[in-house]
Amino acid sequence: MWYAPPQPNETSQSTELIMTNAAPLFGLVLAGGASTRMRRDKAALEYHGRTQLEWTYELVSTLCLATFVSVRPEQRNDPVRARFPQIIDKEDEFGPLAGIAAALRAHPKAAWLVVACDLPFVTEATLRRLVEARDPERIATVYRSSRDGSPEPLCAIWEPAARAAVSQHLAVGKLCPRKLLIQSDCKLIDLVDPHALENINTPEEWQAANARLANKRTEGDSSEEQRTSISLRVQYFAVLREQAGRSEELLDSFARSPSELYEQLRAKHGFSLEPSQLKVAVNDEFSDWNVRLQHGDTVVFIPPVAGG
Amino acid sequence: MSLFWFSHTALEPESYRSRLTDPAAGGYASFEGWVRNHNEGQPVTRLEYEAFESLAVKEGERIVREAIARFGVLHAACVHRLGSLQIGELAVWVGVSSHHRAEAFAACRYIIDEVKHRVPIWKKEYYLNGDSGWVNCERCASAHR
Repeated sequence: MWYAPPQPNETSQSTELIMTNAAPLFGLVLAGGASTRMRRDKAALEYHGRTQLEWTYELVSTLCLATFVSVRPEQRNDPVRARFPQIIDKEDEFGPLAGIAAALRAHPKAAWLVVACDLPFVTEATLRRLVEARDPERIATVYRSSRDGSPEPLCAIWEPAARAAVSQHLAVGKLCPRKLLIQSDCKLIDLVDPHALENINTPEEWQAANARLANKRTEGDSSEEQRTSISLRVQYFAVLREQAGRSEELLDSFARSPSELYEQLRAKHGFSLEPSQLKVAVNDEFSDWNVRLQHGDTVVFIPPVAGG
Repeated sequence: MSLFWFSHTALEPESYRSRLTDPAAGGYASFEGWVRNHNEGQPVTRLEYEAFESLAVKEGERIVREAIARFGVLHAACVHRLGSLQIGELAVWVGVSSHHRAEAFAACRYIIDEVKHRVPIWKKEYYLNGDSGWVNCERCASAHR
């Protein structure tokens, strides 16, 4: 509807991420967990000043042609998840493997960089290393657990060839993706940071994680973020439509937030309205002015409304 | 059944009202917004409504749901007109059915007030002197070059 991910057979601009003969890499952020021990929604927890779901989605989407959030059917309209493109679990399949299965079925020609949304120590480097080590001839490329040496299924690349095995595993009532990978031909690589894949299950672990992340930030390890342009669609209504002289435009922009984008468009079209008079929507939902814009987003600046 | 929607043709309150009937309902309250021939001292000849429909429908639905939950009414719905309207035409309809009248009035008022403030709908008035303007939109006047 509002989001058209590139199909696997289309040529992409991000050629650096495509290996010859390998399936194109799509991203899947797992956000369907019940968060039982946390007693609140893990996807909505904040670690980096944003929800863990937003943070993880951004990381994954920098490396993938299209990125989706995996949700259970009853979560699809949940406000934390609704603004992202989604892949919805089958009603009768459960657990993280259900999300992976749904993705492999939805786009059977794509490989999937799968990342759970409760891994606050994962960095872009963690994911990039996985992408660089990827072996498309195996069913998956995964990290070896720093605890017990077993494969880590929820920060891994799953190839299209995994689809049959995943569906069979679920069909006989097995839910554990780790066990599936232990039995399968996957490529195992070692973690550089042994703590990178520690997940967060309790409120205490969440607090400890935030403290650790705060320490890291003050050590100044934040890598220089390079600016790349992204394609955006902007729709105009009412006075902005008149001032822009169009109801919509497609553009490549270096703007990282709606705030920066409005500055640029205001200079281009001479909009009379101050940002403080406007609201903003991204992908058909009200949004924050400082949200990180993603390739393919649709942005609408909303002048003062007057219904009724 | 949707709770909030748009119509590009004349509103039909009778057909919307019948959606709210319920044997448990002891009352029904509705509000109709009409196009009037003046605004802030200026004679108005007609007006135009436009909406960011995909988001407006979501936000409108949220408002109606909020009203149902907040006031415990049985059913509620809201329809908004889009396009060009003449004086006297119906711009918006809100209807609520409930066990008792007090909640019906309150929910009806809540819905129209919130719709005016939150739903991305815009109104452009055309004046007798040939000018036109976007309502509620300070600085919008400088748009008219």
